Amino acid sequence: MFNNIFGIHEKALLLYGDRVGVLANNLANADTPGFKARDIDFRAVLAQTDSGAALPLAVTEPGHIVLNAGGPSSAALKYRNPYQASLDGNTVEMPVEQAAFAENNVRYQASLGFINDDIADLRLAIMGQ
Amino acid sequence: MSLFNVFNVAGSALNAETIRLNTTASNLANAESVSGDPGKVYRARQPVFQTMMDRAGANTDGEGSTAGVRVLGIVESQAPPQMRYEPGSPLANKQGYVYMSNVNPIEEMTNMISANRSFATNVDAINTARDLLLKTIAMGR
Repeated sequence: MFNNIFGIHEKALLLYGDRVGVLANNLANADTPGFKARDIDFRAVLAQTDSGAALPLAVTEPGHIVLNAGGPSSAALKYRNPYQASLDGNTVEMPVEQAAFAENNVRYQASLGFINDDIADLRLAIMGQ
Repeated sequence: MSLFNVFNVAGSALNAETIRLNTTASNLANAESVSGDPGKVYRARQPVFQTMMDRAGANTDGEGSTAGVRVLGIVESQAPPQMRYEPGSPLANKQGYVYMSNVNPIEEMTNMISANRSFATNVDAINTARDLLLKTIAMGR
């Protein structure tokens, strides 16, 4: 019964957390020549999660170490298509990244809010008042 | 938890932007420096940024999802120094010329504004990550 209390929000929260790191990385490298901005293909990763597959890294060889805290796999990390590439090869566009960062922030807090509501519901059921 | 990584990544960017602001300050301070020898006159300095990949957090492809930024080195501008006829200057050569530093104050000012904006953005990223972490810690209360 308690295996999946929070539904998709538990996985989504981890993924939004990873995405904050990726987007912060883009912001940090806004002035680095040749840096290519990246983002997580959210729909693909979450669809994979929803169908029961594990969220973290793919293990393709027996010798591979399973890293759960290693962040999103590179298959989920896509390079961003810039609206207008700059001459030094950097594809970070500050307004785009800032908008994505703000959006991700709101989504993270929304997922957190749903989880908090679920906890409040459970507490209500347990306490009965 | 990669939210903690934001502090490392954005912190490295703050460091790099600080170095950029320092070189700008150095360039502006020396914008009016003169010398009698074109080889010894002050030349504008610019930091070169490089992505710093995080191998520790690498996935199965050996590619880290997060990376900071670091200053690879400082390069000096190769623009020729301007000559100015100032026979009264104690630094003037035999022909009465002094060599001005090749700092372009307009370039430096725009560079400073850009560094300022980048710095503020990274501070913002750190504050956001901190807020999210604090709210996550308070989950269920």
